[in-house]
Amino acid sequence: MKPLDILTAPGIGLPAANVDTDQLIPARFMKEPRSVGYGQFLLFDVRRDAQGELDADFALNKPGAERAEVLVSRRNFGAGSSREAAVYALVDGGFRCVIAPSFGDIFASNAVNNGLLPAVVEEDDAERLLAVLADVQDIKIDLVEQRLRVAEVEVGFSINPVWRTKLLNGWDDIDMTRQHQGEIDAFATRYAERFPWARAPGAELIGKG
Amino acid sequence: MSTPTTLFDKVWRAHEVHRSESGQSLLWVDRHFVHEGSFHAFNKLAERELPVARPALTFGIADHYVPTRSRSLEQVDDAKVRSMIEQLSDNTQRHGVTLFGLDDPRQGIVHVMGPEQGLTLPGLIMVCGDSHTATHGAFGSIAFGIGASEVAHVLATQTLWQTRPKVMRITLEGRLDPGVTAKDIALTWIARLGADGARGYAIEYAGEAIRALSMEARLTLCNLSIEGGGRCGMIAPDQTTFDYLKDRPYSPRGEAFIEACAYWSTLSSDPGATFDLEIVIDAAEIVPTVTWGVSPEEALPIDRCVPVPDESDDRAKARQIRDSLDYMGLTPGQKLTDIAIDRVFIGSCTNARIEDLRAAAAVLSGRKSRVPGIVSPGSTQVKRQAEAEGLDRIFVEAGLEWRHSGCSMCVGMNGDMVPKGERCASTTNRNFKGRQGPGARTHLMSPAMVAAAAVEGRLSDVRALVATSPSSGDTP
Ligand code: SF4
Repeated sequence: MKPLDILTAPGIGLPAANVDTDQLIPARFMKEPRSVGYGQFLLFDVRRDAQGELDADFALNKPGAERAEVLVSRRNFGAGSSREAAVYALVDGGFRCVIAPSFGDIFASNAVNNGLLPAVVEEDDAERLLAVLADVQDIKIDLVEQRLRVAEVEVGFSINPVWRTKLLNGWDDIDMTRQHQGEIDAFATRYAERFPWARAPGAELIGKG
Repeated sequence: MSTPTTLFDKVWRAHEVHRSESGQSLLWVDRHFVHEGSFHAFNKLAERELPVARPALTFGIADHYVPTRSRSLEQVDDAKVRSMIEQLSDNTQRHGVTLFGLDDPRQGIVHVMGPEQGLTLPGLIMVCGDSHTATHGAFGSIAFGIGASEVAHVLATQTLWQTRPKVMRITLEGRLDPGVTAKDIALTWIARLGADGARGYAIEYAGEAIRALSMEARLTLCNLSIEGGGRCGMIAPDQTTFDYLKDRPYSPRGEAFIEACAYWSTLSSDPGATFDLEIVIDAAEIVPTVTWGVSPEEALPIDRCVPVPDESDDRAKARQIRDSLDYMGLTPGQKLTDIAIDRVFIGSCTNARIEDLRAAAAVLSGRKSRVPGIVSPGSTQVKRQAEAEGLDRIFVEAGLEWRHSGCSMCVGMNGDMVPKGERCASTTNRNFKGRQGPGARTHLMSPAMVAAAAVEGRLSDVRALVATSPSSGDTP
């Protein structure tokens, strides 16, 4: 994963609360392999009108929005389903950071696992950012200092410190965990002795379905 | 004994393999469920040429994409849907993982079938690439949904890195009124605290009204924890739990069961244990509740009116209400019981267990549904049980379709969808925009309330209908 420390890139506002993962990528696209590029499915239904045409007023359909790498939105962004495809849609669509007053837990952790920064700002600050980002504008995000700036608006943001470290270094969990293999094996042995009933006794008795 | 400890911390600590300097815990995972959507994770594993570390602790379930009209893969028209089901079979077979496939008599929605088979036990850590994994916490386990990268991590290591969440307790004092269900408890607290009200927290449900709930109802309540943003939901195991688990196929047996029960009995929050947040709700205040908007927090008691955006003094709130009403095609101030529906859906991991089907059938018995609808049992075993009790005939005679088990119209992945612009009274868990199909409008409520809506052709209060029941005496 590519490390992320300071990013200066075009940003766009999506002024809506509860942008859930069903909106970010409708379920019907999730049977596609990742190789088709999930960016084309990002907010697929929400950005279209009843006739299925792109809605020119929708934030992400505005001129220049296709260049955006940073998205600012309202509270509870990414709530709902655990589908990592919602993050794939953003990442494949060119986004490297989403800024909102709160995120769905699973979405945020999926984001970090794909190098996408979920930056938490105060509700008022999100509104100030949205006001200047009615049109696409460059936004500077400093993950080291945890501050971001667009035009004359400068605000701090927060992020789980572990996630911050992971993003700064571009670390991958599986590599990290495999350093603890000895500990895991020792734990598994102790655990099996202490909780012998926990090992799914039927597993060997019943054939494969 | 040392300092008083919460149920959550007892289970968490028993699973800590390692704690990093930054405070993250590496947790041992007891049960891992994979479904058709887990193909991304298997692909990641293949890319890195890694084996599944502990195949005996992973279980594959075909549920998200399975057809509900038949159990035959050949009859699935959409080649891509068919390939999703086939990929799960291939991946589980390749890695020696037990599969509960499409035509397995034990097949069901993962969160219905896991408990039913005794795979879900108290005191475990359980994960699945599905946010409603919180369901399994009804037994006093820590169970939560994870994304594809984490699924790959669990497959490769049988562990997961997690930051310990804060812990909150929702206590329901007193008793629920008749006709009020676990679904109403959930919609009520989520409406009060917001769809992100429990974000960052593990939830423990406690109190007299919770203790009185059946295992099925507890599963419904914990299932909806995620809709309030909770990381997981838990209920301390008790005699109800032990009785449910006895003699399930994967439950421990004989001596092992007795030994397990002794340990499980210690799994409750000690008196004096502290919580980061305490919420107390008077159970008697809860009434049958329905959603009117596009987030589960947009829920109201059935005897109320749709909100009027301009009456909200908070601008952001007013904007959100306006946007939701617009999508839902509702008029501000309109009575909830004046909202006409186009179809009903009874199904999903939230409300398709045998008790749910009994509650819906009790209302529909001897009546007709004014709208079309589907009933999809939560598992193949629930389907068999319902048929043995004659519930299928009640649904069919009322004019509804009796289908096979699967996620079906909860998420529409298998093609069962609510047509654009249509309004569905649904026992599911998400009323998000487009959840049940592009342009679909969803109202969430309990199974008995969906049955009442079917009979009346509009949202309605099941308590009024039960009072005049043709099959008198059958209160849901
Ligand atoms: S029934 Fe719905 S919520 Fe439950 S597992 Fe299936 S898709 Fe998810």
